[in-house]
Amino acid sequence: MTPASDFRTSYRADTTIFPTRNSRIAAIVGVGLLCAAPLVFGRYELGLLITIGFSAIAALGLNILVGFTGQISIGHAAFFGFGAFASALLVEYHVPVPIAIWGAGIMTALVGLVFGAPAARLKGLYLAIATLAAQFILEDFFARARWFSGGVAGRVTEPYELFGLRLDREETYFYVVLAHVVILFLAAANLMRTRDGRALIAVRDHYLSAEMMGINLAYYRTLSFGIASFYAGVAGALYAHYLLFVSVEAFNILYSIQFLAMIIIGGLGSVMGSMMGAAFMVLLPEIVQAGADLLAGSAIDRALRIGASISFLREMAIGAAIILFLIFEPDGLAHRWKMIKAYWKLYPFSH
Amino acid sequence: MDTTLLFQLVLNGLIVGALYGVVAMSFVLIYKASQVVNFAQGEFLLVGAWVCWWMLTTWQLPFWAGFLVTLAFMTLFGILLQVIVLRPLIGEPVISVIMATVGLSIFFQALMKWIFGVFAQPFPPIFTAERVSVMGLEVQTVYLASLGVSALIMLGFWWFFSYSKHGLAMRATAFDQQVAQSLGVSVPKVFAMSWAISAMVSTVAGVVVGVVNGVSSALSFYGIKVFPAVILGGLDSIVGAVLGGLIVGVLENLAQYVDAQWLNWGNMYQIAPFYALILILLIKPYGLFGTKNIERV
Repeated sequence: MTPASDFRTSYRADTTIFPTRNSRIAAIVGVGLLCAAPLVFGRYELGLLITIGFSAIAALGLNILVGFTGQISIGHAAFFGFGAFASALLVEYHVPVPIAIWGAGIMTALVGLVFGAPAARLKGLYLAIATLAAQFILEDFFARARWFSGGVAGRVTEPYELFGLRLDREETYFYVVLAHVVILFLAAANLMRTRDGRALIAVRDHYLSAEMMGINLAYYRTLSFGIASFYAGVAGALYAHYLLFVSVEAFNILYSIQFLAMIIIGGLGSVMGSMMGAAFMVLLPEIVQAGADLLAGSAIDRALRIGASISFLREMAIGAAIILFLIFEPDGLAHRWKMIKAYWKLYPFSH
Repeated sequence: MDTTLLFQLVLNGLIVGALYGVVAMSFVLIYKASQVVNFAQGEFLLVGAWVCWWMLTTWQLPFWAGFLVTLAFMTLFGILLQVIVLRPLIGEPVISVIMATVGLSIFFQALMKWIFGVFAQPFPPIFTAERVSVMGLEVQTVYLASLGVSALIMLGFWWFFSYSKHGLAMRATAFDQQVAQSLGVSVPKVFAMSWAISAMVSTVAGVVVGVVNGVSSALSFYGIKVFPAVILGGLDSIVGAVLGGLIVGVLENLAQYVDAQWLNWGNMYQIAPFYALILILLIKPYGLFGTKNIERV
């Protein structure tokens, strides 16, 4: 949403990441402010920020697949989990953790290409169901392959270490996640400015027209699966080296759906929306918890057994959030944010 | 080779498969009428079974009365879901509609756990004789009844679509919404009706499973198992759904047999249908009886 009479006169101006100088400054200042977060927040809040960070990376990957290329995946948590296990495995073969994280991303991308192979032929609903199968098959594989995932017992892994510095506390690991978020978000924003990125969007908008314009459908559909899995793998690896313990149960279908919820709530096809949606979904259980704490001990609490059923309430909140956003705010938080910005820019005029 | 076990497993597969078929039919019904992929199909079973259980235990109703009340409740439930959640999403992209039903599924699964707890609850006994023997095999009475109920539902569906006015309206809507509407079919009514019937029929399956295994959130797994069945049969074919359900039921049990005899991997019972699913999608994406969607530029 730009003000009337604000026209771009060149392709270069139209495809910049930051449309104005002020927005670039704002982004840099924002990252700078985030760098100061460990001075302000406690360990718990930093833990939440770290969770938002790696969730946002995974959500961004899924958004490239769903929002930009228009393919649905209901198995993203399985790829996230694959990245976590792959990184732990690489570390066991004496690969340094900083490299193992990216290596895990590449390994996950390869697995994503295998499961994305049907994507070359299928679309829409059929693809969604194929990825549903991928979710269950991978989950089963994790539970069984003891050499890879430690079986049902789970797998312990090493903390992040850079040039002999151990970055394993929340205060220090926060910077690791922040660096990865910045790199991967810039990469995604840049991808959408390239020929390949525009091809992905063309595939989403109208695949027949895209094919007639010489875009290789099978190639780009599979490619977007690879990219999405790469992001999921890196995010999973970051998760593994944060918790230092990975176990199968975490990567169930509910987690996959949470990733989908993140991009729907944030905004399909929006890079910043992935971040907003991740923040929303990570903070939602905290809000539910706060609400439950507020009611603790009251008559409502006793009648509804809120304290004992808080985990069910959290799940219900996820389901309700998905439905309410789809009905009332289908373009997500990113769209709402744009509207707010436009309002400030245009005030007192409405156009 | 243990042939008695093999026969027993195939029989079990057919019985469970018939239930998959029933659930798959109610899934296909919604898909055909309104092009909505219902990821909350399993929750229909779950909600229906819990409501019926609640009627029978807390209110001490006789089985037939409790069952009728449950059916009435689920009809209303289906219509309400369609009107409140799905109607605003008509015309939205596939992903939105799929995600809405996924949201419904999570919401109701958690709601049922909140209200009724996480533990499986047994139904009050309905049949006097626990088991009967059929051709030398011991079969639970409930299983036989379930096979009978499934066959009845399938016949009912066949009659409904072939001879009733509403069935004809539904077929017309599935074929072409705009033409059906211009010829006087109320498309919103057909959509609501398809959800109501689907919820009702799923409930029957839910109650049958509940009587056999007790009611618990495991019931909602039928909503996932339905995908291999309908993809195998063809997404928009009622006959295909029945056949797909039977094949998936037998396949599960055979996979378990193969696994127990030779492979010893464990868990093949749950996973085999998904391997089959991927294979079918790669080889024959429109299933056995599905409409082939030919696109020409």
